[in-house]
Amino acid sequence: MAKSDVKKFIIYSLFLGILILPMVGFPGRSFEAARAFTIWGGIVGILAIWLLNKTIRHSDMYLRTSAHLAPFRNTVLRKFSKLPTRHYILLLLIVVGSFPLLANNYMIDVGITCLIYIVLGLGLNIVVGLAGLLDLGYIAFYAVGAYSYSLLNLHFGISFWLSLPIGIVIGAICGCIIGYPTLRMRGDYLAIVTMGFGEIIRLVLNNWDKLTKGPNGLLGMSKPEVVYPAFSKGGFEWVVYSLNSLHALYYLMFIIAILTVIGVRRLDNSRIGRAWVAIREDEVAAELSGVPTTWLKLLAYAMGAAFASVVGAFFAAKLSYTNPNFFIFMESCIVLCIVVLGGVGSIPGVILAGIILIAVPEVFRELQDYRMLAFGLAMAVMMVLRPEGLIPATRRKQELHEADQSSPED
Amino acid sequence: MDNASFIIQQLINAIFLGSIYSLIALGYTMVYGIIELINFAHGELFTAGAFIGIIVLAALQNMGFVETHFVLTLILVFGMAMAYVAVLGVAIEHVAYKPLRKASRLAAILSALGMSIFLSNGMMLSQGVSDRAYPAIFGLKGFSILDARIAYGQIFIIILSLVLMVALNMFVNWTKLGKAMRATAQNQTMARMLGIDIDRTIRVTFMIGPALGAAAGVMVGMYYGSVRFDMGFIYMIKAFAAAILGGIGSIPGAVLGGIIIGGVEVLWSAFLPSEWKDVTTFVVLILVLYLRPSGILGEHVSESRV
Amino acid sequence: MTVKEPILELKDVHTYYGNIHALKGISCAIPSGDIACLIGANGAGKSTTLLTIFGVQRAKRGEILFKGYPIHHLRPEQVAAKGISQTPEGRQIFPRMTTLENLEMGAYLRNDKAEVADDMEWVFDLFPVLKDRTRQLGGTLSGGEQQMLAIGRALMSRPELLLLDEPSLGLAPKLVEKIFETILEINKMGVTIFLVEQNAHMALSISNSGYVMETGRIVLTDRAARLLENEKVKKAYLGE
Repeated sequence: MAKSDVKKFIIYSLFLGILILPMVGFPGRSFEAARAFTIWGGIVGILAIWLLNKTIRHSDMYLRTSAHLAPFRNTVLRKFSKLPTRHYILLLLIVVGSFPLLANNYMIDVGITCLIYIVLGLGLNIVVGLAGLLDLGYIAFYAVGAYSYSLLNLHFGISFWLSLPIGIVIGAICGCIIGYPTLRMRGDYLAIVTMGFGEIIRLVLNNWDKLTKGPNGLLGMSKPEVVYPAFSKGGFEWVVYSLNSLHALYYLMFIIAILTVIGVRRLDNSRIGRAWVAIREDEVAAELSGVPTTWLKLLAYAMGAAFASVVGAFFAAKLSYTNPNFFIFMESCIVLCIVVLGGVGSIPGVILAGIILIAVPEVFRELQDYRMLAFGLAMAVMMVLRPEGLIPATRRKQELHEADQSSPED
Repeated sequence: MDNASFIIQQLINAIFLGSIYSLIALGYTMVYGIIELINFAHGELFTAGAFIGIIVLAALQNMGFVETHFVLTLILVFGMAMAYVAVLGVAIEHVAYKPLRKASRLAAILSALGMSIFLSNGMMLSQGVSDRAYPAIFGLKGFSILDARIAYGQIFIIILSLVLMVALNMFVNWTKLGKAMRATAQNQTMARMLGIDIDRTIRVTFMIGPALGAAAGVMVGMYYGSVRFDMGFIYMIKAFAAAILGGIGSIPGAVLGGIIIGGVEVLWSAFLPSEWKDVTTFVVLILVLYLRPSGILGEHVSESRV
Repeated sequence: MTVKEPILELKDVHTYYGNIHALKGISCAIPSGDIACLIGANGAGKSTTLLTIFGVQRAKRGEILFKGYPIHHLRPEQVAAKGISQTPEGRQIFPRMTTLENLEMGAYLRNDKAEVADDMEWVFDLFPVLKDRTRQLGGTLSGGEQQMLAIGRALMSRPELLLLDEPSLGLAPKLVEKIFETILEINKMGVTIFLVEQNAHMALSISNSGYVMETGRIVLTDRAARLLENEKVKKAYLGE
């Protein structure tokens, strides 16, 4: 075991312990020392496992054994990769698609929430992962979608489907409004400004009583409806079916999610997607090679906003209710956590992280309180140990490792 | 109340808010100056300072210490809050920033943001979601100018923040370590070649900045009489606006920016609907970034990306 | 001539920038008390050599010995503490600090206040212009003044070895002469000087020994006087 690693590990753990302290010592509240130290122990444990893993991986024995096992491993890997990706996707679709048939209402509700956050994560992934623009106010677009649908529906009786394109356009416009002044900013400025923008939108929703009913929120939007032809005794007629049941809403959200995945995937592999990557890598170089950076950055914001707007509308329709407190900064953080922990720029990563981050705390309700605590710490530790996320995007992984090599110092 | 006393009252408010924003903005600007990153956890450090203040103050009050040793109480409250948060600042630097000094900017920002989420939720768990009342130690004693009431507490807070700013200025300009900090901020490689241990200077920066923020936290608690786990958020954005307005990286700039932002806010709340005052700050921030990203006193800021 | 003990020795030093092999095995030995110069075209790796000595760039392979003690594993601040100082390419003075503060930073590692004050006087004797500029911000000085300040700052640590990167760059010919005279003067005070220069004629004429560098390798090593006579050097670097 490398001595310097052990030393680093000890110091790192100690400092983490200091960070836990504010949760221990403040008298008069529920959070007791034992629990705080359990959390600390857990984190240190994870770090220790990581250290052990690293040590083993660098030990002679591991290297020797792994050299022997390499051919075997390769055959196994080859066998698995021979199964085309679409088999996996099909399997996933069947599982997710048949999930409501097996689950109770509560679980379906959790499933819907998961899907909502996955779509939000994928939308934010366009902005953060593909274009490399850190957006901390992403939830504002979700709010824009929710409120556009609510207002259109309540005041003009416009249906869900018709309000979707309107919501998308409004969302995209808002994306551009936010994007435009921030175009030339560096990353951390951008982060705070988008954070501020998110807050502005929330404050506007909260304070503009006449339009939004302020903190009371809007109530009574109709559910999405589908119209289908039916042949009854009297002949042919159109039947309006309101998607009231959780099952129906789940499948609607499922379809939205599938469309989002397809959309984001196509974007990623398109000319636009490559241009975004170019902007992320070296904006000046991209601009000099004729990539219209301004336009593309705005497009990234607009696209991200459009996806959020769609789920926002869905969310408002599902609850028939919306209020500004659904769209606080912490929500943006959750979405960002999903993107970051899953792997910036990686679609399967975002899906996996969405499931883990939303479903796990829902299932283990007693963990609910610690959810953000854990996410926050995970985000920091993840950046240090495995910045590429749970399932790294192929392109991204290469970049991150190149970055390691080009800094020979220390 | 007549116009003159109204103006005096508002002026005191503006000076108070301005100095609070300045103190927090100093933390941003110093950290930014030295590692070119915004300390996202700074707002939480400010809040942590406020809570430590409550704890120490409550403990001292229970012991009946406040009546007998009033000055010592103040020193203890501010001293302990600042010292504790300084340690916290170093811990954050070590956990979230130091390992990522050579990584991409995005990674460092995200890890700092993670720390911020972590701390803010930690404080929520340990302190609850509701407001906590700050023990009132100054009472309501004060004096009047015309009809405007000015509490001694307000005067004390304003003077203390001035003292802290002057002390910081002296430290940075007159001491060897302070000068080394400035040198590191201006040219890290050269600073190292002259034998300056930049790890140490960065650590010191992460102690001083958060300590100033902690002092601001205690002051806010004493002034408004209550604190909440998430109050750091709004102060953080305003102080950041102040730091940017003054020119990030510039210490006098942070003070100037803080006073301007505080002044604008007070003016706005005095004459216009106050629920929109936060929106005003954001708008100011965005306008400044758009029109003059280097701020009033700032050096040229390179417009590089993440 | 007696063989002097080398104060600085490089043995087969390799440095990489990412995947670019910038130094491909540099070896040289600089005798104590000498002025040695490293000449070569742009991009030959001269500055990289100095940065590698200082640990700013890490040597991937090879050894660097200072007074027989290996320093290639040290960080820049530790190298500085050994008694080496450098005026890097582009002077790198602190623009928002005054001349005085810049010089004080040069003496950062020293605690002997009285002697630091003496050395400051010495620097002001060497560069009287700086004395009139003590309160001026470094960024507002002229190019020549900045160069003098950079050299002065490097001297403030009382180095045994001074690494100078292109002290003549961008200066008027008269000023260049003045700078080189000062370099000789500094050397007479017992400071070994390792000079990197494009102005090969000037550099060789004040140096004891010289190295010619081409694309990451030292291709020629000789006494400076003989390099001045060397046909190849004349043609490539002296423009004769």
